[in-house]
Amino acid sequence: MAGATYTPIASTTIGTAITTVSFSSISGTFTDLVLVYSTKSQGGYDYQNSSITFNGDTGTNYSYTQLYGDGSSAASNRQSSQNNILVGVDIGTTQAGKFSVNILNIMNYSNTTTYKTLMTRKNATPSLVSTAVGLWRSTAAITSMTISRDDSNGFSVGSTFALYGIAAA
Amino acid sequence: MATTFTLIKTYTLATATASFDFTSIPSTFTDLCLKLSTRSDYTQIYDPIGLQINGDTTSTYYTRRLYGNGATATSDAPSNPSTVAAIGLSVGASSTASTFGNLEVYFPNAFGSTQKSFSCDAASENNATTAYATFTANLWTGTAAISSLKILSANGTANFVTYSSASLYGILKA
Repeated sequence: MAGATYTPIASTTIGTAITTVSFSSISGTFTDLVLVYSTKSQGGYDYQNSSITFNGDTGTNYSYTQLYGDGSSAASNRQSSQNNILVGVDIGTTQAGKFSVNILNIMNYSNTTTYKTLMTRKNATPSLVSTAVGLWRSTAAITSMTISRDDSNGFSVGSTFALYGIAAA
Repeated sequence: MATTFTLIKTYTLATATASFDFTSIPSTFTDLCLKLSTRSDYTQIYDPIGLQINGDTTSTYYTRRLYGNGATATSDAPSNPSTVAAIGLSVGASSTASTFGNLEVYFPNAFGSTQKSFSCDAASENNATTAYATFTANLWTGTAAISSLKILSANGTANFVTYSSASLYGILKA
């Protein structure tokens, strides 16, 4: 059996629909973080975005570049000086019984020297497949994160969020 | 400190084999992660890898794929639905000798009672004119807990060659 890595830090299963989920008091004892969330939105559409902010910072300190496809065409876009990073997708009620899969890798999150980068994989079958990279222009160690729905519809009951810590050798 | 990402089973082929079969997967975890290093005898530079869950060979698998080949980026829907989930393009027999493709599949909430969505990333780099990087979003509309997985060449006739490997890990969230 492997040593103590990919350590579960915290998890949440949505019992009452809400529009934000936060993890706080994140220890700096790891080198990287992995966030896995599988979600459904209460909105009446195939899917919509969800976003992340760190340490309560809602300033225009975020940027990202996306590559995505819908099963017929591929495209890419990017945004600078944003209030958050679009890191996930949430399947709406049009797709009954289906949940999205979003997997974030947040690298070197606890250092206090460099800006923080992440990679994410976003899946909303049968509507969208996407991958993206993001940047938070802050040298602060990440101690908290908030995942927010990108509209007023909440994360549906049964949506799950799990945060893991990765320790380098 | 808790430990997760626990190895459930690993296979390394000593002879060419048509599929990797993981059975009796314990439900003591929350998520599953499958890692593949494969090359097949399919006579192309790539080989489409397929996956079936719990022995289900009916048209219950959906895929949205995004891939690049070194020249263009494309999106398509190879399983819409299909009898097998298309989880990525790996290395075929026409690729540079001794190269193997990498493929990772992540199943969150693998033992829940909802339809199973899973995420796949694959690469088939081979130091030649064409290689593939694929990202797929997959769905199995079955609602049973995952108890078995079959990985096979989706073209239906090829074998995975010697030294191909497959490892299945269990993940337990907090």
